[in-house]
Amino acid sequence: MSGPLLEVRGLRTHFATRAGVLPAVDGIDLSIDRGRILGLVGESGSGKTVTGFSILGLVDPPGRIVGGSVRFDGQELVGLDQEGLRRLRGRRIAMVFQDPMMTLNPVLSVGEQMALALRAHQDASRAEARARSRDLLGLVGIPSPEERLSAYPHQLSGGMRQRVAIAIALLHRPDLIIADEPTTALDVSIQGQILHEMRRLARETGVALVWITHDLAVVSNLADDIAVMYAGRIVETGPARDVLARPRHPYTRGLLDSVPGEAQPGSMLAQIPGSTPSLLRLPPGCSFRERCAHASAACGEMPELRALGGGAVRCHHALEATP
Amino acid sequence: MSAPLLELSGVSKRFERRPNLGERIAAALGAGPAGEVVHAVDDVSLSIAPRETLALVGESGCGKSTLGRVAAGIHAPTSGTALLAGAPLMSGGARPRKATTRVQMVFQDPFASLNPRMRVADILAEGPLAHGLVTRADAPAYVAGWLGRVGLDPSFASRYPHQFSGGQRQRVAIARALAMQPDLLVCDEPVASLDVSIQAQVLNLFVELRRDLGLTCLFISHDLGVVRHVSDRVAIMYLGRVVETGPTAEIFAAPRHPYTKALLDSVPRLRREGAADGDFRPIAGEIPSPLAPPPGCHFHPRCPVAEPRCREARPELRGVAGRQAACHLAGPG
Amino acid sequence: MKAFWSEYAENRLAVVALAVVALVVAAALGAPLVTPQDPYDLANLNLMDARRPPGHVGSEGYVHWLGTDAQGRDLYSAILYGLRISLQMGVAAGAIAMAIGAGLGVVAAVSSNRVEQAIMRVVDLQLSFPAILLALVLVAVLGQGRVPLVIALVAAQYAYFARTAYGAATAERQKDYVEAARATPLRASSVILRHLLPNCLPPLIVVGTVQVANAIALEATLSFLGLGLPPTEPSLGMLIANGFQYMMSGRTWISVYPGVALIVMIVAINIVGDQLRDQFNPRLRR
Repeated sequence: MSGPLLEVRGLRTHFATRAGVLPAVDGIDLSIDRGRILGLVGESGSGKTVTGFSILGLVDPPGRIVGGSVRFDGQELVGLDQEGLRRLRGRRIAMVFQDPMMTLNPVLSVGEQMALALRAHQDASRAEARARSRDLLGLVGIPSPEERLSAYPHQLSGGMRQRVAIAIALLHRPDLIIADEPTTALDVSIQGQILHEMRRLARETGVALVWITHDLAVVSNLADDIAVMYAGRIVETGPARDVLARPRHPYTRGLLDSVPGEAQPGSMLAQIPGSTPSLLRLPPGCSFRERCAHASAACGEMPELRALGGGAVRCHHALEATP
Repeated sequence: MSAPLLELSGVSKRFERRPNLGERIAAALGAGPAGEVVHAVDDVSLSIAPRETLALVGESGCGKSTLGRVAAGIHAPTSGTALLAGAPLMSGGARPRKATTRVQMVFQDPFASLNPRMRVADILAEGPLAHGLVTRADAPAYVAGWLGRVGLDPSFASRYPHQFSGGQRQRVAIARALAMQPDLLVCDEPVASLDVSIQAQVLNLFVELRRDLGLTCLFISHDLGVVRHVSDRVAIMYLGRVVETGPTAEIFAAPRHPYTKALLDSVPRLRREGAADGDFRPIAGEIPSPLAPPPGCHFHPRCPVAEPRCREARPELRGVAGRQAACHLAGPG
Repeated sequence: MKAFWSEYAENRLAVVALAVVALVVAAALGAPLVTPQDPYDLANLNLMDARRPPGHVGSEGYVHWLGTDAQGRDLYSAILYGLRISLQMGVAAGAIAMAIGAGLGVVAAVSSNRVEQAIMRVVDLQLSFPAILLALVLVAVLGQGRVPLVIALVAAQYAYFARTAYGAATAERQKDYVEAARATPLRASSVILRHLLPNCLPPLIVVGTVQVANAIALEATLSFLGLGLPPTEPSLGMLIANGFQYMMSGRTWISVYPGVALIVMIVAINIVGDQLRDQFNPRLRR
């Protein structure tokens, strides 16, 4: 089957709040091929989490998808009925959340939950369920998986719980996993372990991965492609190598320069002035205009996402040369 | 070499959960020990020279936050001494109280560290007024001055914390600490809750203030990139103990303790040239619970070069002054 | 504040309830102005007007809109005066109980283990007693009258405030801003008064609102049993009690109207309290 596995076009998810309409996601285009890892990068308020939820139809009122299309393997997901979505979730598209307790039921043992998740989409005897669960726990790097099956979530550490959540996501060999900041709340060494496992799993099982994060370091080591979000829109996409080495959008460049890792110790970091505008009061035109050193009168018009090189940029003054 | 500003000697901090009546009865009947003891900080000795920034680095359970609070005068050490400019931080007696205002703290969560029901002006002025650093008449100007120093519009003084963004609130928290005119600033993960772009702003503010005010800092963080950027020296902690200390540049270039080496390897670093085949070299195993740390060297179950003696004896910090590692296998110097 | 009221206004029922409460409070406070008769002045009562149905024109020349009771009191006047007493008792008892209870709860939360345990065990003990039982015992011991009644109501209620304040203070005490205040260092009294107490207020206000309603109900119960104020100053409970004997003979209005007034008042206060609780909750959770 040719064509991208997931194709998002013009997706818009708005929230109706007392203070007005909040355009959390306002027209994004994404495309993921089978077996690729996409890093969806953005800071708080960029809309990256809402994007992940929208793909799976998990947006609750007062939010709703108000436009656009999400095609998964040729099937349109926007407007799909609950039963259709349920058949896809967990089986062909799975999600891993930042807090593993959003996936795990605190009153069921690990084995019980995994069996439940397995039987949601296929028939399996208890023995089969147990065997598959045990295999998956081993696959995600949990030591002594047989014993862990009878453990309860509160008996496991944060890192272990997240691994169990990932194992559950893998139960039905999904084509796509959407991971929303799954390692942000974990210690750095555990984070390293999970990243290692996820990448290995992605390579071995060929599952496509959307990794939502604000951590550029993680994305730079994990992703094949990167999409950068700002104020509800995608401002830059492209192969990771290109986006990181030669960022085209001033925001991407500013973000990369803000990371203290490589700067001269004690020096002033290049900083993006100001802060993200409130989504309720976005300035007309380019949302980044008020913080951008390259802004001009032309930026009063919202720029289109234009193909450039191997990717796309939403900017009137897309940066060309490397610093 | 001047006298250190902060001197912690053999500091330990133990937290006990006293058993309730039911547990005590069970223990008396032979169900095992009642109550739990956590050695959050286990015999730590550190010093910070004036105008120096020492970073405390470690993962959860390492005790860096607790040690920071001992240095800030929030907790009294269970044993050992904590001296600020030669004088004890805490008063003595059954209920020790902080005996000085010369050390102040900036907390991690900007949303929780400001009283939601107080205006910024009151938050900033409360401490100085209580300790006579400013008169009531001068307070508004004093507050305006500090707000300006941290890059905030002085008119914000009449606002409430919830009207600010995370980065702005953290600036208010820094202003609150500085308004007490401390000699030592303890910062507990001050930028961990902030977005990357805001983090850069606050780090720049921090670098600027440190330079302008000649501050001495104890900077607690788990983010090695941030630590490398702001600190002169680093102390790495693991499960309540310091495992390595030294100048930042040296530690990053040539770590001596296996945990430091493993930590530096396992942390994903931003690679501008990008590569999806970036090498993650994770540390094996989980961090043990602080309630039951492994005997001898706490790190030995996860250590790639552990030997039998690592399980038996706790390694002492060895090496030259200012550059030490607590490992049986790390050679001297 | 504005945001608070606009959010409140979204719940129509709560707005109506608040209006009812406001109306009743206004009417009760201004009772002498809006009623044709002072039912506590025995000289005003005319036994010739006793037990008259609603709409009857009395000997004084005005209409008894809600009828009269067994002593010839205009029921409309008696209900408003009765509500006035109920409100006075309820609010006074509620305020005093909140002050005592919240004080105890916060002190327990910040004190050493022994003090904390001592206070909270007494509170627990108290909470396990039915309020009415405690109130009955106290009134029996202290006698009748306004002051004993308030004492009985306060004693029956302070424990709820103590429990709520203790929970809130324990939670707030661990938050960074309290730790920051103590770390300045600030005196314990400053920390409690400027930092802890103001942030414990929201749940206390919610409990307070509902407790006023409970106090009113409790006072009515005591009066119904004849243990409240003297019969010459009937509160709603007493009015209901007085009219009880006439229920079977068809003169239901003597009990029913005071009963309805009582119920409307209590329900309205409860609805307002519920709305306040819901509004404070998501804020606290953020």
